Amino acid sequence: MSLTAKDKETVKAFWAKVAPKAEDIGQDALSRMLAVYPQTKTYFSHWKDMSAGSAPVKKHGATVMGGVADAVTKIDDLTSGLLSLSELHAFTLRVDPANFKILAHNILVVFAIKFPTDFTPEVHVSVDKFLAALARALSEKYR
Amino acid sequence: MVAWSDQERSIITSIFSNLDYNDVGPKALIRCLIVYPWTQRYFASFGNLYNADAIKTNPNIQAHGTKVLHGLDRAVKNMDDIKTTYAELSVLHSEKLHVDPDNFKLLADCLTIVIAAKMGSGFTPEIQATFQKFLAVVVSALGKQYH
Repeated sequence: MSLTAKDKETVKAFWAKVAPKAEDIGQDALSRMLAVYPQTKTYFSHWKDMSAGSAPVKKHGATVMGGVADAVTKIDDLTSGLLSLSELHAFTLRVDPANFKILAHNILVVFAIKFPTDFTPEVHVSVDKFLAALARALSEKYR
Repeated sequence: MVAWSDQERSIITSIFSNLDYNDVGPKALIRCLIVYPWTQRYFASFGNLYNADAIKTNPNIQAHGTKVLHGLDRAVKNMDDIKTTYAELSVLHSEKLHVDPDNFKLLADCLTIVIAAKMGSGFTPEIQATFQKFLAVVVSALGKQYH
């Protein structure tokens, strides 16, 4: 299930629309992940405040979306482009890769909320494929 | 047995009472067939599904999407025993329709996205959590009679 030229085009075009709201999207997606999938909170026990809109959630949401933005620019070779991020997740953060899918789902939910007319089924499938490819690239160094 | 708080019950009944089943059902099914194209395997008899536009305008898909939402309505009206309410439906999906139960989650995710688009910022994280809990119970009940 690799990205076709059309998928890449669709992702870049959609990203251009959503990029100005990237930080809000990140914060919202992360808040939803923590609320809907409480097991994900185990990775953030060092935060004083995990509620939606809290400073750590805001900051981390922005960090995550910064990573996604970077991945969009490296869409032609995600594996090598995200090598150091993969090493970070594999050796330092050790996030179970199943959680990438969970966060991706919540990013899609926020896209649907903020861009209901732009987030058509055709855009949805390309973006979903991209986030899955991103997750695979992030998992590369795990074992 | 699944425990529902009063707040959760009211969230679910409120969401469904504000839905046009003829609109949301088809939208969710259409999205599922486009985003997860392998799900089209179950609809070979429905006619033209060759591309996104064909799927979006197919009257059989339209009708079936509405049917699925009415099926969900039964769970909304029997939240305290969805497992028993869906026993027959589960047997149907297993023995007659031969649907891989992993697909139920795919449709559930598409329905979540459609509801999110419709409700906008009203679809808060708490409401999303309740809605997804409801769908998880439905998905589990539908898979119960598979063996």
